Amino acid sequence: MTTGKRTLGLAGALALVAGAAVAQEKVKVGIILTLSGPSAVLGQQARNGFEMAVKDLGGKLGGREAEIVIVDDELKPDVAVTKVKGLLERDKVDFVVGPIFSNVLGAIVKPVTDSGTFLISPNAGSSALAGKNCSPFYFSTSYQNDQVHQISGKVAQDRGYKRVYLLAPNYQAGKDAMAGFKRDYKGEVVEESYVPLNNLDFQSELAKIASLKPDALFTFMPGGMGVNLVKQFKQAGLTIPVLSSFTVDEATLPAQGEAALGMWNGSNWAPNLDNPQNRKFVDAYLAAHNAVPATYAFQAYDAAMLIDSAAKAVGGNMANKDAVRAALRKAEFTSLRGAFKFSANGYPVQDFYLTQVGKRADGKLETQIKEKIFSNYADPYVKDCGLAK
Amino acid sequence: MSLTLLALQALNGLQFGLILFLIAAGLTLIFGVMDFINLAHGVQYMVGAYLAAWFTAATGSFGLGLLLAMPTALAFGLLLEVLIFRHLYERSHLDQVLATFGIIIFLNEGVRLLWGSAPLSVPLPESLSGSIPLFGGISYPVYRLAIIAAGLGVAALLYGLVNHTRIGMLVRAGASNAAMVSALGINIRLLFTVVFGFGAMLAGFAGAMVAPILSVEPGMGDNVLILAFVVIVIGGIGSIRGAFLAALLVGLVDTLGRFIAPTLLRALLDPAAASQTGRALAPMLIYILMAAILFARPSGLFPVRR
Amino acid sequence: MSARLRGTLLPVSLFLALALVPVFAKLGPESFILAIATRLVILALAAMSLDLLIGYGGLVSFGHAAFLGIGAYAVGILSSHGIDDALLQLAAALAGAALFGLLTGLIALRTEGVYFIMITLAFGQMLFFLATSLAAYGGDDGMTLSSRSQILGHDLLRSDAALYGLSLGALLLCYLLCRRLTASRFGRVLSGTRENRTRMEAIGFQPFRFQLVAYVMAGLIAGLAGFLFANQTGFVSPATMSWQRSGDLIFMVVLGGVGTLHGAVAGAAAFLLLEEVLSHWTEHWRILFGPLLVLAVLFARGGIAGLVGGRRG
Repeated sequence: MTTGKRTLGLAGALALVAGAAVAQEKVKVGIILTLSGPSAVLGQQARNGFEMAVKDLGGKLGGREAEIVIVDDELKPDVAVTKVKGLLERDKVDFVVGPIFSNVLGAIVKPVTDSGTFLISPNAGSSALAGKNCSPFYFSTSYQNDQVHQISGKVAQDRGYKRVYLLAPNYQAGKDAMAGFKRDYKGEVVEESYVPLNNLDFQSELAKIASLKPDALFTFMPGGMGVNLVKQFKQAGLTIPVLSSFTVDEATLPAQGEAALGMWNGSNWAPNLDNPQNRKFVDAYLAAHNAVPATYAFQAYDAAMLIDSAAKAVGGNMANKDAVRAALRKAEFTSLRGAFKFSANGYPVQDFYLTQVGKRADGKLETQIKEKIFSNYADPYVKDCGLAK
Repeated sequence: MSLTLLALQALNGLQFGLILFLIAAGLTLIFGVMDFINLAHGVQYMVGAYLAAWFTAATGSFGLGLLLAMPTALAFGLLLEVLIFRHLYERSHLDQVLATFGIIIFLNEGVRLLWGSAPLSVPLPESLSGSIPLFGGISYPVYRLAIIAAGLGVAALLYGLVNHTRIGMLVRAGASNAAMVSALGINIRLLFTVVFGFGAMLAGFAGAMVAPILSVEPGMGDNVLILAFVVIVIGGIGSIRGAFLAALLVGLVDTLGRFIAPTLLRALLDPAAASQTGRALAPMLIYILMAAILFARPSGLFPVRR
Repeated sequence: MSARLRGTLLPVSLFLALALVPVFAKLGPESFILAIATRLVILALAAMSLDLLIGYGGLVSFGHAAFLGIGAYAVGILSSHGIDDALLQLAAALAGAALFGLLTGLIALRTEGVYFIMITLAFGQMLFFLATSLAAYGGDDGMTLSSRSQILGHDLLRSDAALYGLSLGALLLCYLLCRRLTASRFGRVLSGTRENRTRMEAIGFQPFRFQLVAYVMAGLIAGLAGFLFANQTGFVSPATMSWQRSGDLIFMVVLGGVGTLHGAVAGAAAFLLLEEVLSHWTEHWRILFGPLLVLAVLFARGGIAGLVGGRRG
């Protein structure tokens, strides 16, 4: 190394100084989540998760001071576009983390990736971005939506359910849910029932279910709709098994209460997933917010850890996009879910579990892992994505 | 599709319609008597639900919670009336719309600050949980029957109040010509306050009644408000009878339509097209109903004579 | 200051301020400032067309966002089929808006007052649910546009400043057009009908026709706004025409001052800037925004235009 030192001329010294200046620059992250309106609780979980990660990292990302700008997309796509432009242009962020909902994702993905900024989704996982529309600037720490619904279909098939009733809200994600379920389920679908989005009263659906007597119900009923469905399902005296996705999670369980006990859910994680980092995370979240974290919180935590790993790898030089991308792809961080790597389309390759609602020692409800359904599963759309591995 | 199932869906429609009636009754009275468009009526429903959830959690009994929620909802309605609405009666409809919209925004955010964004839950009272067997070997939840009974009870009470008491007579007169009532020496301001408080309490009652079956969350009153407006417009503004019939009509059309439309369409179209069309059509049904009724009767089914 | 001078003070200063936006945008995050300003101008255009109905015709439409949606979907649907020529898209947007306006206007204008409010809401909701069921065009999630509209094969609108310029030009043009219109015989009959329909009929006019023309006109302008809106957001979804958006448009008109046209522009500006500033301040910005609206009604009669003066008598 001595020769190297000697040949280090003036230009090299200048480069070092410049490097030091770069090193002092902050790592800027813009967060766009749904933080108002009925679905705000999901956005708050994600925000809490991200903030916890940054706190665990001592307020730093990749060893540089972290600057976090949080904006509310109000669950309106056009508002989200304006807000995200603010993050890109005014705040000049290096990463955008968000959103919760896939319709917002559809609206912001183009402005963010077109500007050459990395978009990391801590929840929304549209299949549209997994295939031919995949982007080198888009990564997800969650899943590709279909995979989660597929878990329930696989379980129904394996358990030999002959007749299943499908219930989802009447919008794109609801249709995707049914398609995802049917990918592995080959038995009879007695009814594909769509209720209006934000439907509150499921009594007529429940009456139909009672009269058709299926072996199981599969449902995708996020947020408040899920709260209503679960409560009313119990009140109607129905006892068939319920397979679900995004219907019983830690964000809605406090409102669903004991009515949700025993219901099944498909997920890439659960609070009781047994590894040291997850145990620490769940305990810390409980202590800070007096609530059990849901997937939104954990995925946002992972998003922060991912950014940290990339910022560390490039030594804080965020301007070199290719280096940042290469570092992101490596995903050299300890995920709360354990093993983690990216598929070519920026979606994780990960394990998926069947979980069930149960009671914790402290009396709070949570989803608990019962069985691993898919191992190291990459979503199938990746074959249409032109990006090299 | 069996006949028993159809009857069951009709019961569901009836129950939904009665909840709508509880909200629409106050709205149509406030509108009819005071000529006041109160967009904040939906948040009264939300406030009722939150109060019921809060008091139920505090006392451990839904009955007590409901009992405490009612006068509190009334007091809250009166507070709003004295503080804000009173100053808006003389203003144009548009001013009223803007101001009461401001109140919606404020209260939706207010309950979020007080109780958080996560939906709250109210446990079903033990005595009303479970279901009882009805015709044809199908059972129906007891609590739903309780809602139907309460809704019909309130409707009967209102009928009696409006048609057979002095205050009811004033209300009817006020709906036809408020200035005339005032000129006859009636304290119209007091009448307004009474009507307003009563309407707010009814909406609060509806909110409290649905708290055990629906999730209690910020903004829960917004969509209900639109439906309540659909009801009072179909019924004819100011008409309790109209609101009652229109509420049942909307409840039944919405529930049964969603149930029957796909089946009917399947007879006409191939299954894929039928389910696609059915899905598009079902949420539109009540709006189609309203447009059709207003096309035939531009002032609703039971226009109040002025 | 004479009333006449005061009457022109607000619109002139409003348009001057809007014209200077691109200059100031250069000093800050340009494309962000232009994005906000473009959104503002487009919604102002939609609000102004609604003021034509509310302020002059006395027709409070609660389904005006439907026209915005028609314009936006004309862009989205055509561009998803590879047709991205601005003129074709605009023609489709206007034709769609005119057709929808004519059909719904024929029915809705049979009613009046609150019944009119509700029947327009009904038509708006029908279109909203129709859009959510268009699976081929993204259904509820909406669709992303691959690029902005092309003008004669050139990607002129790609520049944010160009899109802003086009939007502001459209606003100014429509404003002048509406002013001419409301000052003409047509406008007088329209206002006359709002004040006393019977009298208008008695002196031999058929108010229904005038109202229908006004309704379609307002729809056309909102359709134009929808065309611009799709280009600004680069995204089309049913949320463009939700009833909440129709409500927002009414509030902009009332906040700005009914029946002045430029009041709607001021109202849209106040509405959006308040939202932007407050939400940057606190996540619970609505707790401040709500009371501000109430105070505006209680203490600022005639909206912003009324405060500044020169309100139409």
